[in-house]
Amino acid sequence: MTDTEFDALIDAGTAALGIEMQPEWRDAVRMHLAISLGHAQTVLDEPLADDLDPAPVFRA
Amino acid sequence: MTPATDIAAAVAAGTTRAADIIAATLDRIDRLNPVLNAFTAVLGDRARARAEAIDRAVAAGDNPGPLAGVPFAVKNLIDIQGLSTLAGSKINRDHPPASADAPLVQRLEAAGAILVGALNMGEYAYDFTGENAHDGPSRNPHDTARMSGGSSGGSGSAVGGALVPLALGSDTNGSIRVPASFCGIFGLKPTYGRLTRAGSFPFVSSLDHLGPFARTVTDLAVAYDAMQGYDPADPVCVDRPAEPVAQLLDTGIGGLRVAIAGGYFQAGASEQALTALNTVAEALDVSETVTIPEAQRARSAAYVITTTEGAALHLERLRARPNDFDADVRDRLIAGSLVPAAAVTQAQKFRRWYQQEMLRLFERVDAVLAPATPCVAPLIGQKNFVLNGKEMPVRPNIGVYTQPISFIGLPVVVVPVPTDVGLPIGVQIIAPPWREDIALRLARALEADGVARSPAPNLEA
Repeated sequence: MTDTEFDALIDAGTAALGIEMQPEWRDAVRMHLAISLGHAQTVLDEPLADDLDPAPVFRA
Repeated sequence: MTPATDIAAAVAAGTTRAADIIAATLDRIDRLNPVLNAFTAVLGDRARARAEAIDRAVAAGDNPGPLAGVPFAVKNLIDIQGLSTLAGSKINRDHPPASADAPLVQRLEAAGAILVGALNMGEYAYDFTGENAHDGPSRNPHDTARMSGGSSGGSGSAVGGALVPLALGSDTNGSIRVPASFCGIFGLKPTYGRLTRAGSFPFVSSLDHLGPFARTVTDLAVAYDAMQGYDPADPVCVDRPAEPVAQLLDTGIGGLRVAIAGGYFQAGASEQALTALNTVAEALDVSETVTIPEAQRARSAAYVITTTEGAALHLERLRARPNDFDADVRDRLIAGSLVPAAAVTQAQKFRRWYQQEMLRLFERVDAVLAPATPCVAPLIGQKNFVLNGKEMPVRPNIGVYTQPISFIGLPVVVVPVPTDVGLPIGVQIIAPPWREDIALRLARALEADGVARSPAPNLEA
């Protein structure tokens, strides 16, 4: 993703979540978003079986 | 510093008064906390009153417990009656005081230990450095220009600095194991669901653990034993009987199959981290190397779950009071709020796959050794370091070797090992689920051999 694409995601996402993004935060948020989306891609790159259940258990 | 269990034996025998232990502890905190910045609150009156009660119990012939008179302190995300639970933040200073001590504090005090204060930490536990924008950094007791490690930085600093023999911290991705490594002490991150988290301020419910720090393996085990037991107040605490380990520590390690984690867990490690790992492996007569499958992906999945659950936890505070956050934490959390949900769900599914693979690995070995941190403690304020030949930001990457382990809640003991640069570094002993005893027995063997030990702090030259 380009910086412009990151910035579009930051603007749209923070607006949707009600976070008032400030200009002085942008460089750091963009850097961390790039790192986070890199990790997200690593996760999404792994094909997992449809029936692989995270299996949280709820007890009475 | 006198080990906790030696203090307890002397207090129980009536040869030392708990009141004298507490007076000496408060005096040392008073002298050295201005240097270490480990404590955010010191509870002198409470501790003195508790010590007098223990001394009266001993005089009356009552059993004061296995930790009688032992001073301890807790990371300030753990509830202490009468104090607001800060979790390292400015925002939580507006919270009302906790109405009760957290169950782990109650259990340690029921065993005779004496709470002396609350400890500094990285804001909302999203930290590996021990730095804090509001309270200042907790400092490394072996070189005060260096990081204590985080996020349980005050815990590492206080025990490493011998201000207290025992402390509690939390570990979501490495926040017990990193400060234990940097500060040269023993740390235990138990199996996920073993120790109750009730009465603690959360970070990432999927990954949060509480656990102890100490300067000896016996102290670590006795404290851990005192805290075990089901608590329905924590929905992930598993209903299984306590499995005490202190009596098992010296039963030997013969027959245990131990291996070294290769590949991912050595790539990027500094010379000190690798030397410490090899020293531990040689002492245990271990030569087999195993590959933990998909460790990089496990770390990525832990990262995704952490940043998104953390963002969700703090969303209202990010909306209402963004400028009251530590900027480093705020900006990471905002980024986390923007990660697609599909990645989070996939990360949770991946935990299942990874756990199944690790259980298969544990059919062949009983424990795995890995570095705790890629390097010794960096300088406070240092923003970047070199990992795998690449310049990387320090804050997100110190936990590169701890994250894939807590990701599925495996129990780990970190043992401290001296290095040639005058600073300690930790090695992780990773065991199968619910087998803290294996990791602690191996740690005890390393301690008995003199390979693992908590160095004296460098504070009063």
